[in-house]
Amino acid sequence: MSTSFSTSSARNVFYGGTAFFVLLFAALVFQSESETPKRDRREMLAANPQIAAGKRIWEDNNCIGCHSLLGEGAYFAPELGNVVDRFGGGEEGKAAVKAFIQSRPPEGISDRRSMPQFNLGERQLNEIADFLEYASKIDTAKWPPSIQG
Amino acid sequence: MQYQSQAVAKPYFIAALGLFVAQVLFGLIMGLQYVVGDFLFPHIPFNVARMVHTNALIVWLLMGFMGATYYLVPEESERELHSPKLALALFWIFLVAAALTVVGYLAVPYATLAQITGNDLLPTMGREFLEQPTITKIGIVVVALGFLYNITLTVLKGRKTAISSVLLIGLWGLALFFLFSFYNPHNLVKDKFYWWFVVHLWVEGVWELILAAILGFVLIRITGVDREVIDKWIYVIITLALVTGIIGTGHHFYWIGTPEFWQLWGGVFSALEPIPFFAMTLFAFNMVNRRRREHPNRAATLWALGTGVMAFLGAGVWGFLHTLAPVNYYTHGTQITAAHGHMAFYGAYVMVVLTIISYAMPQMRGRAANSNASLVVEMWGFWLMTVAMVFITLFLTGAGILQVWLQRVSATPSPFMVVQEQVALFYWMREWSGVVFLLGLIAYLASFFVKGRENAVA
Ligand code: HEM
Ligand SMILES: [Fe+2]
Repeated sequence: MSTSFSTSSARNVFYGGTAFFVLLFAALVFQSESETPKRDRREMLAANPQIAAGKRIWEDNNCIGCHSLLGEGAYFAPELGNVVDRFGGGEEGKAAVKAFIQSRPPEGISDRRSMPQFNLGERQLNEIADFLEYASKIDTAKWPPSIQG
Repeated sequence: MQYQSQAVAKPYFIAALGLFVAQVLFGLIMGLQYVVGDFLFPHIPFNVARMVHTNALIVWLLMGFMGATYYLVPEESERELHSPKLALALFWIFLVAAALTVVGYLAVPYATLAQITGNDLLPTMGREFLEQPTITKIGIVVVALGFLYNITLTVLKGRKTAISSVLLIGLWGLALFFLFSFYNPHNLVKDKFYWWFVVHLWVEGVWELILAAILGFVLIRITGVDREVIDKWIYVIITLALVTGIIGTGHHFYWIGTPEFWQLWGGVFSALEPIPFFAMTLFAFNMVNRRRREHPNRAATLWALGTGVMAFLGAGVWGFLHTLAPVNYYTHGTQITAAHGHMAFYGAYVMVVLTIISYAMPQMRGRAANSNASLVVEMWGFWLMTVAMVFITLFLTGAGILQVWLQRVSATPSPFMVVQEQVALFYWMREWSGVVFLLGLIAYLASFFVKGRENAVA
């Protein structure tokens, strides 16, 4: 690199540039936080405590280790951000999701990718279903492109 | 090796390589489960194997970064480490905590692990890459603080160089951003948003500083190029990295319920992120071309050049491929993501840790380089692993393109599981490439035990 540009000016550009873009990022994060309430369905969370409980069940069983949720997670098993809709939507979709989770054979299905039997009780099944329904209502800018996730 | 205390790097490097082996073995298990679905079910379900695979990777890279730091800081600062005893104690704490965590993953169902480790008190578990029990996370913070204390004091008391400052900023940033792993709100959108403050701001932010510092250190030693020149390159690279990478975080905020302005901001800035990686490639090749000495450790030179090339391919090219919102709309959360994740982690961070190990291990064993026979075996390891990773990436990309088409673009999209069966051939080829990777790893590890006439010059 040319000698007219010294190491100490390179260092100063680094500190100055980083500081500037950290601040700009902070401003964008702030703006994002102020617009997010319109899209994140926090009113559902506030109205139904089962959703938060369902999120805990989602986490405590590491569902993200096989599935994706809004496209993030593992890619071994189907996307679940829209599974309630894929299974028929509303109460029907939630019932189908619960039935699916409940009916997993403990020893798996021969030769197929198998989902564990988590032995969830009725209450926990309701909570996870409410959580997945809440996820399906988040405004994701029309993602995923198809109902198949 | 010029300072006694640099030797504490050795156990870190050895443990890192041990975990690397575990990572690869569990990767092979998962690769097989992709095509033989019930392999090891229900004993090791896929999600358990995946936790071991990804967490082992993260922990061994952290061990590698720490080892690299303990090795290079005394030499840069021209003094012994503040406390080699602390460094050694933290090593054992970290290793035992990591081992217990892995045993926990494998021995009991994850829900049980969450329960016995008191996840209800401060729920942080069950999120991708952050699966560790909360007490393990606290342990990581304690180890990181002890480590930073030790290193920062050493740097402050000694000679200040660009390499040690940049490394230190990177390491402090690493610890700082990890704190976001303790923030886990009920609100899924906010959870996901701040989750990326750990993941993205690590690999496309502060880790790049660590990468540049380690690479710069090794290049100074093996090429003999003036420090002044190397320092300038480092500052230019890390400026480009942070200027593009910080706002580039927005490329993860397209479809998770965050505002749509991120599509433009995240797209534009992240599309520039390949530039610092390209600068790293130029940096490595330029320095080696302008070398003022022939260092006998040809393997370390090869790893350094390889890091430059593969980081650019994996992070730069494969990252750019899917970073613009109109493309990411179709590729988000598919095998394309997996393809990129593999080559980027390997090309940038695995390879830079193997670079410093390749340079420093012989020094710690009292020689400038290993015997010729050993170097040849190590370079076989380099080529087998690197070429295997290129093929893993290509096969996953192939699977990903088909997946996008069949599941998302087609007029009659097929269900996920149907598509997975249709692309199984690609998964088989990925698995065979993984076997070749393992052979490369075995060759690499064997090189540590190959004797032969030593290159004695110090
Ligand atoms: C060495 C640096 C990098 C590493 C280690 C890395 C690693 C990863 C990993 C592991 C993921 C998957 C995260 C998940 O599981 O959800 C990911 C996602 C992503 N990366 Fe990188 N990456 C790097 C650099 C880059 C760069 C430079 C770009 C852009 C030019 C980029 C673009 C992306 C995008 C767009 C995604 C999201 C994919 C999706 O929507 O599913 N990455 N990266
Ligand atoms: Fe990213």
